[in-house]
Amino acid sequence: MKILGIDTSNQTMTVALVENNSLIAEKTINIKRNHSIQLMPAIETLFKEVNWTPNELSRIVVAKGPGSYTGVRIGVTVAKTLAFSLNIDLVGISSLKVLAANGERLPGSYIVPLFDARRSNVFTGLYRYEEGVLVQVEEDTHLPIETVVDYLNDLQAPIQFIGEDRLLHSETIKKIGKDRLIQLPLDRHLPRASTLVMLGMNEEPDDRHLFEPEYIKLAEAEQKWMEAHPNRQQGGGWIEKY
Amino acid sequence: MKNKRILAIETSCDETSAAVIENGDTILSNIVASQIKSHQRFGGVVPEIASRHHVEQITLIIEEAMQEANVTYDDLDAVAVTEGPGLVGALLIGVNAAKAVAFAHGLPLISVNHITGHIFANQLVNKMAFPLLALVVSGGHTELIYMESEETFEIIGETRDDAAGEAYDKIGRVLGVPYPGGKHIDEMAHKGEDTYHFPRAMINEDHYDFSFSGLKSSFINTVHNAKQKGEDINELNLATSFQTAVVDVLVTKTIRAVKEKGVKQLVLAGGVAANKGLREALTTKVAEELPDLDLLIPPLSLCGDNAAMIGAAAFVKLDNQDFATMALNGTPGLAVS
Repeated sequence: MKILGIDTSNQTMTVALVENNSLIAEKTINIKRNHSIQLMPAIETLFKEVNWTPNELSRIVVAKGPGSYTGVRIGVTVAKTLAFSLNIDLVGISSLKVLAANGERLPGSYIVPLFDARRSNVFTGLYRYEEGVLVQVEEDTHLPIETVVDYLNDLQAPIQFIGEDRLLHSETIKKIGKDRLIQLPLDRHLPRASTLVMLGMNEEPDDRHLFEPEYIKLAEAEQKWMEAHPNRQQGGGWIEKY
Repeated sequence: MKNKRILAIETSCDETSAAVIENGDTILSNIVASQIKSHQRFGGVVPEIASRHHVEQITLIIEEAMQEANVTYDDLDAVAVTEGPGLVGALLIGVNAAKAVAFAHGLPLISVNHITGHIFANQLVNKMAFPLLALVVSGGHTELIYMESEETFEIIGETRDDAAGEAYDKIGRVLGVPYPGGKHIDEMAHKGEDTYHFPRAMINEDHYDFSFSGLKSSFINTVHNAKQKGEDINELNLATSFQTAVVDVLVTKTIRAVKEKGVKQLVLAGGVAANKGLREALTTKVAEELPDLDLLIPPLSLCGDNAAMIGAAAFVKLDNQDFATMALNGTPGLAVS
């Protein structure tokens, strides 16, 4: 069973090839680059290096967001089009969950993955390991970092922040107090496509056609439109075919 | 000779489209999913929303195009996609989907310029003959392009400010017609008279460039002044006067360019090629002044953005084995070349 994993939802681009529970190849790049230019060549190169052909794949696991809207869309578009045209399984996993899986398996400790969402907001979620299994405690969300920190303060438990963007909010995060903040090694703060594949290898497949990114937030124009038209249905019926 | 087939994908603005084209001139399928109803909520195309709709639609539309054409991936010779110009986030969906299909099935990838595509929509109607002159008019473009052969593009004139279609949308907003305004203004224009005599910018100047922002301002000022003075405005006459001014300039300069360049064929292309007033005026003028000229005007179904035209244009590159790599990106400001 050959599986391709793709995560381009934030600055990091990570791609992995996994076969029967073992990692065959992985490429992770963490510099500001253009995922649209880099992703397909990275996949093409990895396939060549391990001598795989696309028609041997049986599943694609993709990080479905949240994150950069454009970044998420590039990964999701490539993943869903590959899965559709090869007629194989497609599984989407939260981009935050991929980071959260890098957390330390400490009993009673909460794992808080985060991506910066500008204007002092973050995309975040609340996870923890229970008997070796990563469990989602609170849904992925978009909130001001202040609100997140206040909430975590009330939890009275050790907290592991994960993600490079935690550094952008270190002043606010400090409010939690050193004794309750668990510092993780540097390599834990990057998403890894191998981890993504492990999370998605046994999940029920998604509908390839209907699969879309998990943006968490509406587009700004749509948000405003919804506020102005509270009684109108959300989405649907907007596309007409000729 | 074996039939050659290209799967083409177009997502440069607010239409998700896929088509299968055979031998450069035959449409096996051409599926277009329009987002217009969604963008009408905002009075114009919102790029982020356009990108989101493209991701929702892309595989559905490709599947439908393949099914309607009754082909499998084994029947294809290449995958073609619009590289630009267009909205970057929208282009990226088509480009990445095309790359994924090409990689999955070991097919060559072909990048196509959207404007070239509009011109080659004509190839699906009648054989293009060179040298030709193309008048490309859309929401984003107003260009006169001279083509010595199917591979050379020389822009001999272009708009210095607003595109013709853009001016239509803007004055459409002033008249309160739904987005996109062009179609409604065209309908209104057929019911009124040219009583306002708006300026025909650059009509007699010794070059082939256009300008529509002065016309647009003149239109808006006329409406505002009338409102301030409490005077009645005749919306039908306003629409007719506006359209007559636009069409007058486009047709006059195009005919002059045809005469100077001595081309075999004149082709109309782009979304505004669907404008009835422009189609009629150009047909009449060519019949009067250039009866020997071959004039191609695409059917309405091929005027708006569609993937069939991208497939038609891609055949030139297929013949030359001019293929793109997996590093192909969307290029919002791509120049015609």
